[in-house]
Formats: sequence, C-alpha cells, structure tokens
Amino acid sequence: MLSVEISHDQGGFSLDAHFDCGTGVTALFGRSGAGKTSVINAIAGLIRPRKGRIVFDGETLFDAEQGIHVRAGLRRFGYVFQEARLFPHFTVRQNLVYSHWFDRTLYSASDFTHVVELLGIGALLQRRPAQLSGGEKQRVAIGRALLAKPRLLLLDEPLASLDAERKHEILRYLRLLRDETRIPMIYVSHAVEEVLELADQVVLLALGRVVASGSVEAVMGRPDLRTAAGMFEGGAVIETQVADVDPEDSLAILGFDGGTLTVGNFGAKIGERVRVRIRAREVSIALAPPQHISIQNILRGKIVTVDASRGGSVNVAIAVGAAMLRARITQRSVRQLGLVPGLEVYALIKAISLDPHGEHG
Amino acid sequence: MLSSEEISIILLSLKVALLSVIISVPFGLAAAHVLARRDFPGKSLFDALVHLPLVLPPVVVGYWLLLLFGKRGPLGAFLEEWFGIAVAFRWSGAAIASAIMSFPLMVRAMRLSMEAIDPKLEAAAQTLGAGRLGVLLTITLPLAMPGILTGMLLAFARSLGEFGATITFVSNIPGETQTLPLAIYALWQVPGGEAAAQRLCVLSLVLSLAALLFSEALVRRANRRIKGYDAVR
Repeated sequence: MLSVEISHDQGGFSLDAHFDCGTGVTALFGRSGAGKTSVINAIAGLIRPRKGRIVFDGETLFDAEQGIHVRAGLRRFGYVFQEARLFPHFTVRQNLVYSHWFDRTLYSASDFTHVVELLGIGALLQRRPAQLSGGEKQRVAIGRALLAKPRLLLLDEPLASLDAERKHEILRYLRLLRDETRIPMIYVSHAVEEVLELADQVVLLALGRVVASGSVEAVMGRPDLRTAAGMFEGGAVIETQVADVDPEDSLAILGFDGGTLTVGNFGAKIGERVRVRIRAREVSIALAPPQHISIQNILRGKIVTVDASRGGSVNVAIAVGAAMLRARITQRSVRQLGLVPGLEVYALIKAISLDPHGEHG
Repeated sequence: MLSSEEISIILLSLKVALLSVIISVPFGLAAAHVLARRDFPGKSLFDALVHLPLVLPPVVVGYWLLLLFGKRGPLGAFLEEWFGIAVAFRWSGAAIASAIMSFPLMVRAMRLSMEAIDPKLEAAAQTLGAGRLGVLLTITLPLAMPGILTGMLLAFARSLGEFGATITFVSNIPGETQTLPLAIYALWQVPGGEAAAQRLCVLSLVLSLAALLFSEALVRRANRRIKGYDAVR
C-alpha cells in the first residue's frame, strides 16, 4: 500500500530508508535520533528527500528522478504531532474543521458528531487550546487529523509529551480508532509498550537504516535487535487469550497454543486477546520439571538454537508450541546442562510483562 | 481651545500619516514575510536595503524622491501622464516620504512577530490541506497580528513626526504639505512665533503619546484574542 524508498542527508548521518507497509498499524520504531521523524515527514510531504520514491496505493507522491513532489496538503494524510500543534487563535471547533476551509467537500455533520463523540471532546468545542490539558489537546489534534478524511494517519510519538496517566487515556482512543476506522496508520515510537499495544507490523530503524521489518511478533522477538532498538530488550512476544480468571487469588490464566501462563489479574475478561512480552533474562532453563518451586509459569519446549553472544551470555531459543521463547543464560549453564538444539527442556519464567489495555504503570 | 489653523494642521498630519501607513502596509507585510520565512542569496543585502531609511540622512531620501517623482522624474512623469497624479509638492507626496522613512520600523515589528510564530504550526496547517496562501491567511497573519498592529502604529507615529525627507520632497506649503513638525519649524522662523510653536509642540507630544498608548491597548487585545491570555513579553 505504502512503499517508501528514500535517501536524505540530515545533521550527522544520512538517512537511507526502504520499506513497505500495508493496512493496519505500522510502527516506525527505534531510539531517538534514528531518523524516524524524518521518514514520517518525508511521507507527509513536509520535507523533500534528496533521492528516492514514495508511492501510496499506486500514486507516486514523490520521485526525485521525475521531479515529482506532491505537496503535503494534497496528499490527504492526517498527521498527529508529538506536541498537538493546535492553532492557538482558533477554538477547538475551528481547529477540528480547519481542513474543511480548503476542501468544502470534506465536511459532513455526521462525521463531525461521530469524531467528537469517539474522542469525547464535545464539552471542549468552544474552548481555546490554551485552556486544554495535554491529553485533551492531543485528542483534539487526533480529531482534527481525522476530520480531514485522511487516507493514511501519521502519528509521531503522540504520547511522548504526556504523563503516564494521559498516555493511557490517549492509547485507549488510538486503539478505538484502529479498531473502528480502519484507516491505516504509521506510528512513530521509541516505546516498546506502545508498539506492542497498537502495531501490527514493525519497521525497526537505527541510524537512518531499516534494520528489520515484519510482524510485531517476529521483529520484537529477535534478540539480535536489542542494540538497534535501544531500550528494547531481547525477548519473546506471544499472542494469548484470557482462558480463565481466578478472583480469589487475583490471577488470570492466559492460553496460547504452547500452554498457559498465569499472571496477576489485571481486570481481564475471558476471551480477551492479550499480548505478553517475556524478556530473555527472565527465563531460566531446567532439564526436568522442577518441583517445590514458587515460579508459576513453567513451559515445556524444545531448543531450536543456542547462540553465544558477547560477554559470556548465551541466547537460547525454545519452541513452545508455535511460540518462540528466548532465554539468556550463562555459557557455563549451557555447558553444565548440555544444551543443544533439539533437546526437550522446561522454561521457567520469572516475570511477564503484559499489555492488556496498556493500563499498567 | 484649538484655533482652526491648528485643527487643520492636525487633520492634515493625521491624513498624511494614515495614507503613508496604507501605502506601506502591503510592502511591509511582504518584506517582513520574506525576511522571516525565506532564505535566499542576497538576503542580507535586502535586509540592509529595508533598513536604509533608518540610517540615511532624511534629506537624501527627500532629494531622491524629488528626482524620481518630480515632474521630469521617471516615476513622476509616468504618474502624471497615465493617471494625472502629481505627488511632488502635494500632501500625497508627504505621505510617500513618510511611508519610506517609517518603513524599517514597520517591517521590524512585523518581522519579529512572524519569526516568533512556530513554523511547526504552519507545517501542521499544510498537512491539513492549506497551500501557501492558505497558511499565510489563516495562520501566519492572524498569529502575527499583534506585531502587524504594532508596526502600523509605530509607522503612523513616526509619520506624524517626519520632517527632513518631507520638507525636501514636498516643501513646506501651508494647507497642503505643512504637517505638525513643518508648522513648528515655520513658526520658529517667524519672530514672536515661539508661543504658537510651543503649543504645537505640546500637541505633537499628546498625539504621539496617544498613538503609542492606543497601539499598546490594541496589541494587548489582539494577544488575548489569539492566545486566550496576555502574552508574556
């Protein structure tokens, strides 16, 4: 759907990004300074790359060789910026309908009502941006982008300038948007939690280059991408479904095709889909099912690979059903236990991060 | 209280200052926008040209204007022939002289307020469908309004006091080009005219002060309108 192939010079390094993305939410992920914002600005038409092409749905938006550069206003891409960038001299309502000044046909009373309801900003319409909280501003900014009827929604770290509570508030609306509007989105972020929560695909960017791209499970699970991702630690990402809730012990049982995981109850509803992340350093390996142990989550699987990495630690990939678990253990443990690919082992999981609603701290 | 002569001098001065602002605003806005938002080779030269009236002796400006707009000057002949307009030795000529002399002040205030606008807001407007003109009309100009008003009022007040270029270009003709400062100068030359000159001096002070206070109030209002609160300066 969107195909990006651009080179651009910017302070310090050259940006050289090449990737395609489809429908759903694509996360443009990487540590700050990786060139994410330049890429999204090039897609939006706010900067003109030195070389390359950008094609959306068969329409060439940028082609350096042919001298094509469709201006931002004609691309029909909504853009939600990190700092809401509301127009201070307009009321919230005027901000929301700003795009209609330039294209009357975009206006629809029912759309307006719908977006205002979806984002819960009905009470704010007469206010000025200066009178809004950070979260409210960001909701209005999302509404303003939506009301321009975008073919693609670009979000550049829309949560970065918000406190934790507001983050979850906006994340909730973004999820709602993803599930309701079906507008494809490109979501720039350096926060793993947001990516896991929202994205279907990930494009991992480091120093201006695309290091990996693919499904969230595939990319975020790769231990070798740890440095590229910066804050991101190696580990596994597993899609699960809430199988049972034990209110007495305040636990939730998550099922996936390799077994079950027990986690603290987070207000789960049975049947709900939950994506969990298990860090490689939280996984230990045993050859026999351990007994008399406090660890709740012990999964049986088969070793697929054993890779020594620098610093004496070893990354072990363990297939558990269709899921791939990662463990980081010492070289000595590998030797003492005789861990080799094909061996049946038990993975002991000390901690699980979940992203049920993003309602964790 | 005020003699009819004094009133007509004041009215003429206001008329000249008003026309001078009307003439210079479009050029002032364009120059300010170019200086605030564009980068091009020769920008510093352009900037220097805009500021030239500030440092050039006013008599030089007046003299050049006379050469340019006089009956045999290139622009003067053109205006006379095609539109039947003569500006030399007319009050409209005084307005042109004032417009040029107050131009740097006007541009400076407008430019500063345009530079203070976050270009990110203009980029946001672009993504919402606004073209260059759309961004200018809906974002840049409204947000720069306090500075635009300040620039206009400063230019107005400066025009009220314009002397050197005016007297060189359009001379000192009572009822036609004799604005307040020129009248003060004329009275000073006449024996026994000091008291009358003194009255005009005070009038001049009151007028200038009023213009500045009015500008201040207007800017505060504009700031409230665009930001929802008084801007911190």
